[in-house]
Amino acid sequence: MKVKLKIWRQPNARSKGKFVDYDLDDISPEMSFLEMLDALNTRLIQQGDDPVAYEHDCREGICGSCGLFINGRPHGPEREVATCQLHMRSFRDGDTIVVEPWRAKAFPVIKDLVVDRSAFEKIMDAGGFVSVDTGSAPEANTTPVKKQNAERAFDAGVCIGCGACVAACKNSSASLFVAAKISQLALLPQGKAEAQRRALNMVARMEELGFGSCTSTEACEVECPKSISLDHIARMNREYLRASFSEEKD
Amino acid sequence: MATLDAKIPEGPLKDKWTNYLNSMKLVSPANKKKLDVIVVGTGIAGSPAAATLAQLGYNVKVFCYQDSPRRAHSVAAQGGINASKNYRNDGDGVYRHFYDMIKGGDYRARESNVYRAAEVSNGIIDQLTAQGVPFAREYGGQITTRSFGGVQVSRTFYAQGQTGQQVLLGSYSALRRMIAKGKVQMYERRQMLELVIKDGHARGIIARNLLTGELERHTAHAVVLATGGYGTIYYLSTLGVTSSGSAAMIAYRNGAFFGNPSFIQIHPTCIPQLSDFQSKLTLMSESLRNDGRIWVPKEQGDKRNPNDIPEEERDYYLERRYPAFGNLVPRDVASRAAKERCDAGYGVGKTGQAVYLDFKHAIKEQGAKAIGSKYGNLFELYEKITGESPYETPMRIYPAGHYTMGGLWVDYELMTTIPGLFAIGEANFSDHGANRLGASSLMQGAGDGYFILPNTIGNYLSDKIKTSRLSTEEPEFEEAEKRVREKLEKLININGSQTAASFHKRLGKIMWDHCGMLRSEEGLKQARTEVRELKQEFWNDLQVPGTLSELNQELEKAVRVADFLDMSQLLIEDALNRHESCGGHFRQEYQTEAGEALRDDENYMYVAAWEYQGEDQMPRLHKEQLTFEFVEVKERTYK
Ligand SMILES: Cc1cc2nc3c(=O)[nH]c(=O)nc-3n(C[C@H](O)[C@H](O)[C@H](O)COP(=O)(O)OP(=O)(O)OC[C@H]3O[C@@H](n4cnc5c(N)ncnc54)[C@H](O)[C@@H]3O)c2cc1C
Ligand code: SF4
Ligand code: FES
Repeated sequence: MKVKLKIWRQPNARSKGKFVDYDLDDISPEMSFLEMLDALNTRLIQQGDDPVAYEHDCREGICGSCGLFINGRPHGPEREVATCQLHMRSFRDGDTIVVEPWRAKAFPVIKDLVVDRSAFEKIMDAGGFVSVDTGSAPEANTTPVKKQNAERAFDAGVCIGCGACVAACKNSSASLFVAAKISQLALLPQGKAEAQRRALNMVARMEELGFGSCTSTEACEVECPKSISLDHIARMNREYLRASFSEEKD
Repeated sequence: MATLDAKIPEGPLKDKWTNYLNSMKLVSPANKKKLDVIVVGTGIAGSPAAATLAQLGYNVKVFCYQDSPRRAHSVAAQGGINASKNYRNDGDGVYRHFYDMIKGGDYRARESNVYRAAEVSNGIIDQLTAQGVPFAREYGGQITTRSFGGVQVSRTFYAQGQTGQQVLLGSYSALRRMIAKGKVQMYERRQMLELVIKDGHARGIIARNLLTGELERHTAHAVVLATGGYGTIYYLSTLGVTSSGSAAMIAYRNGAFFGNPSFIQIHPTCIPQLSDFQSKLTLMSESLRNDGRIWVPKEQGDKRNPNDIPEEERDYYLERRYPAFGNLVPRDVASRAAKERCDAGYGVGKTGQAVYLDFKHAIKEQGAKAIGSKYGNLFELYEKITGESPYETPMRIYPAGHYTMGGLWVDYELMTTIPGLFAIGEANFSDHGANRLGASSLMQGAGDGYFILPNTIGNYLSDKIKTSRLSTEEPEFEEAEKRVREKLEKLININGSQTAASFHKRLGKIMWDHCGMLRSEEGLKQARTEVRELKQEFWNDLQVPGTLSELNQELEKAVRVADFLDMSQLLIEDALNRHESCGGHFRQEYQTEAGEALRDDENYMYVAAWEYQGEDQMPRLHKEQLTFEFVEVKERTYK
């Protein structure tokens, strides 16, 4: 099949970027989207041009490295997939495909399609953990956890940290990412002790870092490759409110 | 010259680790502050090691290749993590766990290390649970387990088919906590390119900042490599595409011995290669073999839809050949059996290079819902790639390169033959012999990282408290950086016409064909010649665009491929040297009449530890003789 690509090219953070057109005409529908980009890059290198920089590693939807904004949607047209799991069979012969990096103030472009997502790390540092040192854990079965809670915590815990929720949101809010962690740990007895502090600190850090606020457009849930549910944002808000009125905050 | 001393503590097996802990030297909390440790790698070995070392009080610097430590390839582990808890009351315990691993590894691992791995496993589950890892649970709120290949107990803890992600994120959060406290300095997007050695001791690294191209010098009192496996040597594998053997090769070139390099696990259940441009093979977790049944048609070249093939015309060949373990035989056995059927013309699918993994019976017995709750996300993963639903049509699977049992040789303290250089997780050779059992790698990595290394490194560092920080202006740093710069310049100035990936692909094919599931003297010698030629071609015709001082992903790739070329030579020599079949190393010349691996315990009951002798020189072989005091060495059978 043939496709026309419009790809965002930007040599580095300081320079201005622009779209560049590329025509590819020997694409197989079985190719993954990234394999299609590999084919383009091979051609560019052989022509002596600079290949398109983009991030990827596991190529099976779990590491969260890949993340492209394809035809106006994070991770492209299919639901519940990361970019690396998208196949060319999702497009038609002759399609024009627009490929951009995530667009968000908190995720500056580094080069071409690569952005800096370190703001997520800083949010994690504000409390995305249980404070337990190695060696001080009790026997694992001393604290029973309701099966449903363990499962719900898992459903939140599967976030791959890709940033699609931010890219999907018109406010560039990171609420889904943050809620997933807060909710996962709040659902488990192990994370309860710090639940309120965690909610206050992580939310505050998110705001400091230039992410917008959540106005419940629900775009994030639709585009999240792991279908993290908005319920987690509701749980985060409850934890946050409870913490705001609580005596124990620090 | 370095010698091999495994430093195995005295005493009965079950007391060795305790004896070690009781007698090792300690570093006082005040002194720990004066000591710097570099940890390269943030997978299930590196992240907990770094977090724990920081909790103990050391200054820790951590490096990883990706933009976040959370993306280390441990994140992709699916099926589970073992522990000897015996929650099921099914006769499990530390000794049985140890025995299963020794036997599973075909008697090519060191008893003392394996026992310790089984011994510390329970603490890992406790630690991870406390960190908020949502392990699967029963209605009563207790943690549940499942079975994996090569064992008859249920000791595998899991979080659906995403156990690696959940446990890694647990360790990653512990690491982030220490970063937030300022106890760990985190360097993401760095590629380690050289090791700095002074007076024979590891004292630092040279890393390239992948965004700016700057070469950085980092000093420390000890260096820990937690850099993962090198299964990507086959190009197509279940690993992340940036996984590499580069760090191990750097250590090797600097004098660290490389243990059993050719011991690579080919995983039996992966989605088969469908096309030529494919860049990656996806694993279908071994846990599926709990409920899925493997078969091929009894008739060669049977092209019928699998659902139209009646029971009596199916060959459930694992159940037929191995009645005691059936579909749960270990990986090496299952992989070879699949290859045997496909080579004999019974393979299915477009290419004939696949067998069926069928859930029909399990769905009939347990219902689609129950099967979905165990394997739902794996079924979806399969459907996303192939467009077919395993609820309706059996999966098609084929073996793929997956895990490297081989790695840097380490002693009981996890130290390489370079003092001060440690290797943990998949990067070392230690616990899995010639074949690894499922769900034991997360366990080994986490055990190394949480409990073993943080203790053993103290024993080494205890007499370094007076050693001041090595200045990065010292000649050792100068020279190491110079070597790196020269190598990078050489790569970028070849100005040839072929991409790094194209070389990698060709190398992968050579290695898969001749140093993969089936090896022979003839094939290996042919591979030896082909790799040598390919290497020459690489250094004459590689093309790397761009410059050294920017984000240059092609340059990063070129470095990895250059190392894979050297590493392939080492693997081939190791495979040639071992005139026996054991575990994943199967030499055509050495098999029983029934086609099973034929070991030669008299001559090969040793770890082959290779010492570098210079570029393209035959490496020198050292042997760590393995003695089995606590198990009886037997033919490994799963019949
Ligand atoms: C698909 C798949 C499924 C698996 N499933 C299971 C399972 O269910 N159970 C199980 O027990 N095991 C499983 N395994 C095996 C297990 O996941 C791995 O062996 C284990 O996670 C390796 O962990 P590690 O910490 O040693 O390395 P990794 O997690 O691979 O981490 C390597 C780290 O080193 C860094 N690094 C490497 N080289 C450099 C360099 N030169 N410079 C800077 N940084 C570098 C990387 O950035 C990364 O942070 C699976 C493996 C795969 C591939
Ligand atoms: S919540 Fe979903 S979209 Fe957001 S980072 Fe996590 S996985 Fe990606
Ligand atoms: S490359 Fe890992 S999620 Fe896409």
